[in-house]
Amino acid sequence: MLVELKVNGFPYRREVAPDTTLLTYLREVLELTGTKWGCLTGDCGACTVLVDGEPVVSCLQLACQVSGHEVTTVEGLDTAGELNDLQAHFVSNGASQCGFCTPGMLMSAEALLRNNPDPSEAEVREALSGNLCRCTGYNKIVDAVLETAKARAMAVSAVPDLSGSSSSVGS
Amino acid sequence: MSETLLAEFQVIGQRLSKLDAPQKVTGRTVYADDMHIPGLLVGAILRSPHPHARIRSIDTTEAERLPGVAAVIHAGNVTQRRFGYGQDNIPLKTDKVRCIGDEVAAVAAVDDETAKRALELIKVDYEVLPGVFDPFEALSETAPVIHDERVDITGNISMRWDFDHGDVEAAAAEAAVIVEGDYSAPQAAPAPIETHVVIASFDPNGHLTVWSPVHMVFMYRKALADCLGLDWRRITIIQPPVGGSFGGKIDIEAHDFITVMLAQKAGRPVKLAMTREEEFIGARTRQPIHFHMRTGADAEGNLLFRDAEVVSDNGAYNAWGSHAMLVAMNTITSMYRVPNSRIRCAVVYTNKNYGGSVRGFGNPQATFAVEQQMEELADALGMDPMDLRLRNANQTGDITPQGLEITSCGLSECLEIVRRQSRWDERRGKMRQRNRGLGAAAYIHVGGGARIYGSDGCGAMIKIDDSGQVTLITGASEIGQGSETVLAMIVAEEMGVPVSAVAVINSNTDIKPWDVGVHASRTTFVAGNAARMAAKIARDRLLETASAVLGAPADQLRIRDGIVEVIGEPGRSMDYARIVRRRLLHEEGSVVMATAFYDPPTHNQDKEYVGNISASYGFGAHVAEVEVDPETGMVKLLNLWTAHDVGRALNPMTVEGQIEGGTAMGVGLALSEEIVFVDGRVAAPNFHDYGMPTAVDVPRIEVNLVETIDELGPYGAKGIGEGGIIPPPAAIANAIADATGIRPRAYPMRPWKVKHWIDTNERSYVIVSTDRSEKRESN
Ligand code: FES
Ligand code: FES
Repeated sequence: MLVELKVNGFPYRREVAPDTTLLTYLREVLELTGTKWGCLTGDCGACTVLVDGEPVVSCLQLACQVSGHEVTTVEGLDTAGELNDLQAHFVSNGASQCGFCTPGMLMSAEALLRNNPDPSEAEVREALSGNLCRCTGYNKIVDAVLETAKARAMAVSAVPDLSGSSSSVGS
Repeated sequence: MSETLLAEFQVIGQRLSKLDAPQKVTGRTVYADDMHIPGLLVGAILRSPHPHARIRSIDTTEAERLPGVAAVIHAGNVTQRRFGYGQDNIPLKTDKVRCIGDEVAAVAAVDDETAKRALELIKVDYEVLPGVFDPFEALSETAPVIHDERVDITGNISMRWDFDHGDVEAAAAEAAVIVEGDYSAPQAAPAPIETHVVIASFDPNGHLTVWSPVHMVFMYRKALADCLGLDWRRITIIQPPVGGSFGGKIDIEAHDFITVMLAQKAGRPVKLAMTREEEFIGARTRQPIHFHMRTGADAEGNLLFRDAEVVSDNGAYNAWGSHAMLVAMNTITSMYRVPNSRIRCAVVYTNKNYGGSVRGFGNPQATFAVEQQMEELADALGMDPMDLRLRNANQTGDITPQGLEITSCGLSECLEIVRRQSRWDERRGKMRQRNRGLGAAAYIHVGGGARIYGSDGCGAMIKIDDSGQVTLITGASEIGQGSETVLAMIVAEEMGVPVSAVAVINSNTDIKPWDVGVHASRTTFVAGNAARMAAKIARDRLLETASAVLGAPADQLRIRDGIVEVIGEPGRSMDYARIVRRRLLHEEGSVVMATAFYDPPTHNQDKEYVGNISASYGFGAHVAEVEVDPETGMVKLLNLWTAHDVGRALNPMTVEGQIEGGTAMGVGLALSEEIVFVDGRVAAPNFHDYGMPTAVDVPRIEVNLVETIDELGPYGAKGIGEGGIIPPPAAIANAIADATGIRPRAYPMRPWKVKHWIDTNERSYVIVSTDRSEKRESN
């Protein structure tokens, strides 16, 4: 059956078997292997991607059910090779060791930050509790997410508020 | 090392991000399952559904006829030899299966679905035999014999580990206090998130290439050749990036041989990716070990003896787990100063999945017994457990009964730090009303390699090309722990070049020099020293040329930030890459290359298990704080303070990463992780039930790095890959004891067990010299 997805901004149309999971569609059909798998039973979170901005374990999601929707994978986070801030904080905090949980972890964290720009540590831990990491003990991952939130908040408050100001810019 | 020299470090000691991190956060790292090879077939294994059975016959006719099937193999149509210690295993089982998950047949097909269908079409006729799953039952004379073919052993005892030092009975007669009890460690899984994935391909010349996330590549190559009758000079092992191992991928296993045999039979490359379920039933686990232990001390709290009867539950075959006692023994004899010790250990076959080498290798198990007895003993003596530990702590200069030479030791300092941070003196023993408790545990572990083969060495090569790029070709493997980064830092430090100029090549046996592999926390120490030696030679070659170019003696020169300069005359300098070109680009020029091999000055243990197997030993201490709900037995881990003697932290961020990650695994062991068997069957072979801790289960781990600057370690560093995982089960058990007054007997300390111990008022025995006739119970 025909499954059409917009993945990281690009449209794809591929004919696949009806029982093809989103994970298989991404990894095997589109060869976007950034998304990982560790269980195929929904328990490890390594396969987490965003569907219309919400985190989904792609191993349990049939591709045909999300046909027509927008999918973001780890490959869609950076811009032309430049890391986004969350990725950069993962790097600078040592939040990735073997890296196998990292793509899923990033997607869960990105979804959290989009929905809750100022999470508490407990909220970060809760949001990541579906993503197993065997390497890091989670502390450095949690720090990376909290630092990103802080940096984003500062970036927002640093943008000058022009709405009420008597600027010389003509309207 | 003096302060002025410390300040001289350019790179060492910096919190540098891992060099491979940008690849990993963008999803560009290509792991084994991400690789694409033209013509690749899918392999799959038919595993035994019975824990113990005779194979009467195998019929593969229908599977072979299925369109899309390229190869079907079983013991009857392949050439294979036995492998494993005592040669007790074979890739495709011949006459008998000895555990659920045993490999019986395998197929290679065009896709997953066809491979699965083919497996269903294979008919195996089994004669089911009675199984034995409990190691104590397996010791009984009436138990089914699992390896009836092994004429070198009696019953189910695969091997023994017996040790004697001094006179335990005489020491026991003198002891003021003796504590005695049982302590059990379960079967647990290394459980990296990436499963085992192997790709094998023969080229038309018969040269075999295997891509496998294994991290003892040279031994892997030899084992492949030995078992399958191949020429090992015509085998290349390539290690793709590893999605975690923790020992789980250290060794060759049946599925590795099977993948190669499938590729041989099919004449095409084959990939075999284990499922998570297969990981739990058919990949190596942490060895379950049961200790019956006694520790005695005099009235002042000087340890007099330790005496352990140990049953190590081997599972169906001898893999590395059968040797977990190698490390457990070090802890029993050498953790704290113990003048007399005795160990009687039987490694017993059972019809279950079998143990491998998992991070900490036998040490969390032994420490669970040893460190609980330290606190029991302290309580029986009316002493503070920290005082008891400090009184008996190993010290620099000690040689332990097993011949371990302690050349640097931060144990006391580690204990003092966690004591202070946890406010131990004010709070331990004083929070029972609130169901809270503090518990401590320390460890000793190899930190300077571990000589268990003829060599414990690692090779390193350095080349510098005309661009100035410095390439380190190392025998060491990267498995996520950050070895590439720390080795690049060492080379950069030694040569005075920026880290960004250093490339590390480490994944191909055709290219890289020999190394034992990643195990025993040895990579930073052994591969680090090798890299440093090679870098020194390369630097000296550079300086030799620079001396001619700059017209100053080599010993007046130094390289910093890539600039070669005459010391004290900053004007007389030149970029190191130009020096390289000066040496290279003319008639009779030469290239800068250097090689080194570092093998630590250590000894194999003799038959009595005596020998200094490591060039350095790591120490550390943890304090855990828990709250126990007496109604449910639920244990909440509130805090964990840790201090580790790391020698020197070459990169504090990656050192912390090792400690935090290891400690989190230890928390999992302590509270939740267990492979539960029901009649030889893994009850729930999945992550959902296994109990690996998530981000909400692991508290913030306080990490303190104690730097003792080891004499032989690179810049003073010791290995620290395993330290974190060792103390948590013991520390948490002690904290539970402090909170409740009961004594945990086994981990994981799941609520129902803790509840049971509370309900039955579980205690150890304590014998006090004033009344030897009576054993009394105590916590
Ligand atoms: S692979 Fe999807 S949750 Fe584990
Ligand atoms: S970094 Fe290895 S599993 Fe998380």
